[in-house]
Amino acid sequence: MRVTFTVNGRQESADDVWEGESLLYVLRERLGLPGSKNACEQGECGSCTVYLDGVPVCACLVAAGQAEGRQVRTVEGLADGDRLDPVQEAFVECGAVQCGFCTPGLLVQAHDLLERCPRPSDAEIREALAGNLCRCTGYEKILDAVRLAASRKEHR
Amino acid sequence: MDFLRPTTWQEALAAKADQPGAVPVQGGTDVMVEINFGVRRPPALLDLTRVAELREWSMTGGLCRVGAGVPYAAVIAELGGPLPGLAQAARTVGSPQIRNRGTVGGNLGAASPAGDSHPPLLAAGAVVEVESRERGVRMIPAAEFYLGVKRAALEPDELIRAVHVPPATGPQYFSKVGTRNAMVIAVCSFAIALHPRERRVGTGLGSAAPTPRRALEAEELLAAELDWDAPLDPALLRRFGELCARAAAPIDDVRGTAAYRVHAIGVMARRTLTWAWTDHLEKRAA
Repeated sequence: MRVTFTVNGRQESADDVWEGESLLYVLRERLGLPGSKNACEQGECGSCTVYLDGVPVCACLVAAGQAEGRQVRTVEGLADGDRLDPVQEAFVECGAVQCGFCTPGLLVQAHDLLERCPRPSDAEIREALAGNLCRCTGYEKILDAVRLAASRKEHR
Repeated sequence: MDFLRPTTWQEALAAKADQPGAVPVQGGTDVMVEINFGVRRPPALLDLTRVAELREWSMTGGLCRVGAGVPYAAVIAELGGPLPGLAQAARTVGSPQIRNRGTVGGNLGAASPAGDSHPPLLAAGAVVEVESRERGVRMIPAAEFYLGVKRAALEPDELIRAVHVPPATGPQYFSKVGTRNAMVIAVCSFAIALHPRERRVGTGLGSAAPTPRRALEAEELLAAELDWDAPLDPALLRRFGELCARAAAPIDDVRGTAAYRVHAIGVMARRTLTWAWTDHLEKRAA
């Protein structure tokens, strides 16, 4: 089947999509957007988190056909041109990026948290990121990054 | 495989009647996992996310009618007042991403004994509204809905339209044992709902038997012996816990042993009744 939806503001189509295929597969393998990572394929790791109609979801659990006509925003769509989003800047500066595999999902989820909750408590950060697994950082630097991004966004 | 995209409820019923093997999909948090892992290759996916009415809830005839497509995130944000037990359970489901997509209707359709929404629905006395094109609407009490492991009382041409839940008239609590606070399937779970007007207490056991189930003897004990105007009698509380534990019929599996689950159900039953009773007495005193 053909699936057409908007990705990061651009209308995109994919042809010959298998009906059981996930949105994640379409993004990575058909549209050349490898930012969202494919790890667990069962919604456990959060590394494929994208916005679907403004709501963070695991792209591996969205059937491609469910995205028809919808708006998708991936990690590739967080930066404004060459200017990184404050969350992305903070991850780089705080050393919250190590192997980088979990980073795109964490960035989208942290971005959503700060949109909804500009001054999150540590408990709110932990809850928001509870579905994003990282095997390198020990999470403390990720928490630092979200706190830094929150303070910067507030002062913009 | 077909991908069916009804935009109205009538179209959805027609699609299910014409292709009973079609698997309904909402948030995809169960169905897509099975497809991704090749566990399931249904002849068709029936995407219900375009049927807007399924995402709505309303107060109808004194009951809270929750559309089958209402995600857990909306249950948490909007239904904590009338349905506190269900909202508490929804807060323990997966991650924020999963709660944004997963639905109570999907949980019912999957009918896993470990589904988090089942115990509070049982405790509250919920009724599941299902419908088929040929035979119309059937109202199935939650206690009769679960038939076996991942088997629900749904005919092949039926779809779940909504669940009707009496709004809370007393305290409700949900408790869940897991190895961490997030992203866990319940080792076992327990829900309680006080119904002070009826002088009755509802219960629901999760992940402690082939199906979610009520602890009927424990409910009967409290209906007979609970003094609603007095502090909780410790002996009665203990017997309540024992009867709830006795209602469990769990298995040993990777998440826990049967013996542990029986024990934990008893503990959670005592704890949740104690929490609820404290609230009940405080409300009376206020």
